[in-house]
Amino acid sequence: MMEARLPWGHVAVLAGGLAFLYFPILVLIAYSFNASALVTVWGGFSAIWYARLLHNSQVLSAALLSLEVGVAATSCAVVLGTLAAAALVRVRRFPGRFLLTGMVHAPLVVPEIITGITLLLLFVSMAQIFGWPRHRGYITLVLAHISFCMAYVVVTVQPRLAGADRALEEAAMDLGASPLRAFMEITLPIISPALISGWLLGLTLSLDDLVISSFVAGPGSSTLPMVIYSKVKLGVSPDMNALASLVIVLVGIGVCCAGWLMRRAEVRRVKERQLAEQG
Amino acid sequence: MTVASLVALWPRRPGRWLLILPPLLFLVVFFLIPFGLAFKISFADATISIPPFSNLLSVTPDGHYGLTFTFDNYRYLVTDDVYLLSYIFSLRTAFLSTIICLLIGYPMAYAIARAPRSAQTILLLLIILPFWTSFLLRVYALQGIISEHGLLNNLLLALGIIHAPLQIMHTTLAVYIGIVYSYLPFMILPLYATLEKLDGTLLEAAADLGTPPWRAFLEITLPLSMPGIIAGSLLVFIPAIGEFVIPALLGGPDSLMIGRVLWDEFFANHNWPVASAVATAFLLLLVGPIAIYQHYQSKDLAA
Repeated sequence: MMEARLPWGHVAVLAGGLAFLYFPILVLIAYSFNASALVTVWGGFSAIWYARLLHNSQVLSAALLSLEVGVAATSCAVVLGTLAAAALVRVRRFPGRFLLTGMVHAPLVVPEIITGITLLLLFVSMAQIFGWPRHRGYITLVLAHISFCMAYVVVTVQPRLAGADRALEEAAMDLGASPLRAFMEITLPIISPALISGWLLGLTLSLDDLVISSFVAGPGSSTLPMVIYSKVKLGVSPDMNALASLVIVLVGIGVCCAGWLMRRAEVRRVKERQLAEQG
Repeated sequence: MTVASLVALWPRRPGRWLLILPPLLFLVVFFLIPFGLAFKISFADATISIPPFSNLLSVTPDGHYGLTFTFDNYRYLVTDDVYLLSYIFSLRTAFLSTIICLLIGYPMAYAIARAPRSAQTILLLLIILPFWTSFLLRVYALQGIISEHGLLNNLLLALGIIHAPLQIMHTTLAVYIGIVYSYLPFMILPLYATLEKLDGTLLEAAADLGTPPWRAFLEITLPLSMPGIIAGSLLVFIPAIGEFVIPALLGGPDSLMIGRVLWDEFFANHNWPVASAVATAFLLLLVGPIAIYQHYQSKDLAA
């Protein structure tokens, strides 16, 4: 459905809706440059809160932990999620298929707070029975994040894998490639955009997770959202405005760049295919 | 399952188990077993120990195994009305927020679907972008607008529309605003996906036959966009019902959503068995029906 110009009613609806979505964020960014410590009074332009943030070791170490957990967990989740997607797409019948389908998609439906409680119960029971993990922290956070990131990886990778042409892989195998090599060299590049978006989606969710992390993190291992939550709970504070602005702007730039790069890769692929078909 | 059927199900190439086993085992250990544990602990007694619950299986001094379990935690859920109230409150809040999201999201999705192709991409990016930024920080951003000394109150006071700050923060209204603000993109995207595919010639045909636009909308566009309405509503309703951050940060003491009750039971009261019982009941009463519904829904769509 296309029309040359938008009717004014549509413009008003979109402007109103987008203003609702963006106004609070823009206000937050504006106030992060406020010189006054009182969040509601404008005291002139200043970058003091950004400077304070750079010296806040609690925030910095939490951000580092969040990044470490996020990168490790999403990378594992992409591997496991791709295996799961491949199993679901390629192997029609196997015992446990129904179980795997259910467990892979369940985190999309089960509230985080329940996942968090059950995982804590698991880690506590494991520590009791096996003596491991002795402390809750980095490793329990990574394990917990893998399990919920995997669902999103499967959801992004599975359709792409189902749409990938198997004839290419079969041709490679006819020419003597092993199934593993055919998959790695033919199918993997084809589904790589989905792997990248799955990884980015997982990383975003991991970096943003408060609820599950709060359950599985031990004392002394606070992720960035946990630090933010404990500060924000006390009310609006200017250094959190600075932190929030940094995160939002960085993520915004990252998403735009990723979108642009993927679009460019897609355009190139379409062109190559056209050239191949002409040639 | 008989042995024969198991053999028939067995993949022909054993190498395939390398695909299947790692994710399957990981999810069994880190997803299925934890739920089993919660179910088990929901029948235990709360104790003052580490961990704070009793063992169901115990060995008596004379070498016999004893099984002690209690339904007290579940009885507690039924007798203490805080659980029933929070269950109803969560349902109502999630339901009403979903309706509000639909009322705001539908016109937006419709307008995007009708926009020129080049504008559609940019508009969609603008809708998706907030989702990629931090959820927690967006709730925090909202706090700056609606708090007692927030921008909204300052503006209204300056304009002389009100003379005392409106109390929006820490009320149920703030919870609604928070949920709608956070989950609106989830409503718009599936709605857009169905509206964009809608066959425009149907509307033209209706117009040619003299159908007024509002009737064409009610009889053609609305029924045809039903899959998007259902998908979007589920995407808002499901996370909203178990929401913790929004009622905890924006809500008042009376915004008792089940997620918050669970959190308090665990972290403030340290009653793990009752929390496990709440989690089990929550899963069976809410998530179960939704999962079954979705299962049949997807089968219907596939058929």
